Amino acid sequence: MPTRSSDVSTLAIHGGRTLDPQTSSLIFPLYQTGIFVHDAVGVDKGYSYSRVSNPTVDALEKALGALEGTPPAVCFRTGMAATTTLFLSLLKAGDHAVLSEVVYGGTIRLFREVLDHLGVKSSFVDTSDLQAVESAMTPATRIVFVETPGNPTLKLTDIAGVAPIAKRHGCLLAVDNTFLTPVLQKPFELGADISVLSTTKYIDGHNATVGGSLAARDEVLLERFRLIRKTIGAIQAPFDAWLTLQGVKTLPARLRLHCENAAVIARWLEAHPAVARVYFPGLDSFPQKALAERQQSGPGGIVSFELKAPSETAIKMLNSLKLCLRAESLGGLETLLTHPPSTTHADLDPEYRRRIGISDGFIRISVGLESARDIIADLEQAFAEAGIGAHAQEEPHEVR
Amino acid sequence: MKFASKLVHYDPAPGDPFRPMSTPIYQTATFEQQNVDSRGEYDYSRSGNPTRHVLEEQLASLENGTRGFCFSSGMAAIANVARLLRTGDEILADTDLYGGTCRLFSRVLDRSGISVRYADAGDLQSFAAMFTPRTKLVFIESPTNPLLRIIDIAAVADLAHRNGAWLCVDNSLMSPYLQTPLDFGADFVIHSATKFLGGHSDLTGGAVVVKDASLAKQIRFLLNAEGSALGPFDCFLLLRGLKTLKLRIDTQQRNAAAIAQFLQNDPRIKQVLYPGLDGSAGNQLQRAQARGAGSVLCVTTDSVAVSKALVDAVRMFHICVSFGSVHSTISLPGRMSHASLPPEIAAARALPPDLVRISVGIEDADDLIEDLSEALSKARPAARSADIP
Repeated sequence: MPTRSSDVSTLAIHGGRTLDPQTSSLIFPLYQTGIFVHDAVGVDKGYSYSRVSNPTVDALEKALGALEGTPPAVCFRTGMAATTTLFLSLLKAGDHAVLSEVVYGGTIRLFREVLDHLGVKSSFVDTSDLQAVESAMTPATRIVFVETPGNPTLKLTDIAGVAPIAKRHGCLLAVDNTFLTPVLQKPFELGADISVLSTTKYIDGHNATVGGSLAARDEVLLERFRLIRKTIGAIQAPFDAWLTLQGVKTLPARLRLHCENAAVIARWLEAHPAVARVYFPGLDSFPQKALAERQQSGPGGIVSFELKAPSETAIKMLNSLKLCLRAESLGGLETLLTHPPSTTHADLDPEYRRRIGISDGFIRISVGLESARDIIADLEQAFAEAGIGAHAQEEPHEVR
Repeated sequence: MKFASKLVHYDPAPGDPFRPMSTPIYQTATFEQQNVDSRGEYDYSRSGNPTRHVLEEQLASLENGTRGFCFSSGMAAIANVARLLRTGDEILADTDLYGGTCRLFSRVLDRSGISVRYADAGDLQSFAAMFTPRTKLVFIESPTNPLLRIIDIAAVADLAHRNGAWLCVDNSLMSPYLQTPLDFGADFVIHSATKFLGGHSDLTGGAVVVKDASLAKQIRFLLNAEGSALGPFDCFLLLRGLKTLKLRIDTQQRNAAAIAQFLQNDPRIKQVLYPGLDGSAGNQLQRAQARGAGSVLCVTTDSVAVSKALVDAVRMFHICVSFGSVHSTISLPGRMSHASLPPEIAAARALPPDLVRISVGIEDADDLIEDLSEALSKARPAARSADIP
């Protein structure tokens, strides 16, 4: 078994490895069962009912815990089930949460449509501004939830800066680490108490499953998450857990290539005359480059950009793609493009959307593992199709 | 234990510390060894896999055999048994066999110098005359596919053994619920598990079950040597399907009997082939060696055009090859499942060109009958107008 100091590539393959107890099967078996038999009344082997726990889900939880540097994580049917369980576990009526305003739209909807109705208060603030975080704290605040890089503008929050504020107010700090995963960003080493992942994204990496996880160093917290998960029935399914477990093994290798490809695409976009602005932590022009270098060990595979064009042109460009796919979600092998104002962040109030930097021509790319040259060629033809192609004066861009 | 109990009452995960109700899917290629010299029960999934093992044990138990082996298809199972023969050996097979089996025997095994002779196993005297000193394997189906003739398994087993040959019975059409050929002296039972055993049209698989330990050893050796075992996930699906084998077949058989009765009384049908009909050929023998007539039946209409129009007109019966699914299916064997017959065999078998095969599913019998009745009304005029130049 790898030690705690093992390199992440080794941890991803061997970390928390659960040897099949019976046959030494190299791949942990898929316990596609709902029920486990009791040896006698009240005597079981640790499993009873797959809504509560399942050996295959446990194997995934150990593997994720090893990557996170925590005890086994708690896995859920979806990333939103993980987020929901997190808040239901820690907040009651009258409690208050502080969240990043640049955050996945579903997290905002969870508060607007569900938690607000249960009397839970929230403040969505610019968590990249530590002063704004400090000002948002109230005596009722129980949790600070940051997403960094934030979806979709990739605005960063200084985890190590927010952690002491949360601590001073007796609050827990949760970090949605979906965009980077523990391979590229280690929230616990930066002072966070809870790590949230949509495993649907890079962790699975093959667009084969939906899933989520919560990790923490505190066993009491983890127990609380398991209790609520059992109560609301949000555990991951065995087959999805099994597929995700296979995906984890190639996570570091995949992320290396995702980052590499994303950097090439970001540079190409930055040189394009139709592009007003590119958001990518690996670019020198990225306003929080120093923070990115301090808190991340890679830029990630997401590149966002703004077209100097209205919504219709952005949509026309997306509809002209031939290789890259139009789809929400991110983190898979296939390059996916999305238009957040009309998809992932469509539910938001237009004013809120503009305030956090999602203009009408805003596009997010989840850069896949195709050849960067082919991705660029596809973007090039789609830009041209939308009438915003690079003109002849542009130097052909050198792609590795 | 009675058959219905055996279907659900077995250890789904022997030795598993967690005691799951459902067999774990060991979707793995390899198993870690304790050290270089000692290995556990499993080392490589081609050779053995825990999920497959549970299925193989269960099939052996259901067929009253001692060992079962699961293959990637029914044809892989038959090919594996045929691999026991050597150059110069002969197969003696009944004339009415699945087209794919004939193709294997006549067009693949001949390359290894193994020959096949076909004869009517329903006529024991002339069948006995076909044995030669080189006959090593006798291969039959009962009921036969698609003509649903009933072959006396015990009598053919006896003939085979007296001539120093093995008897292999393809039991796909019956399943072990309705017939257990090993009890009548067969040496091998083979299955296309794709049919009744799986029952849901969601997998392709095959099985061989034997009683004799030395035959088991040879089959196992070949299975590992040639690598044609069924994958773990398909084994899991098959284990899941098997649990409802009796429920499915009870319903399918009840439906089939009602449909056979309806068709027999319908003047638009020339002949109904179904061993469950009183007075039908083989009815007595079927009662003696099987526990039911199954749910596959055939009809003739006296006109290829009418048969084709009938198949095209039904709405509740899917047009497809294969049988044994929970869905009702319909086909023209001459053009579909048996189109792979080598021409000389097709000529010799004289498969009626207007033969329609129906595999009855678990739908409501009244719905199926109504559909057939409407389709028959449409089929005659449709066929007539098709005849007009």
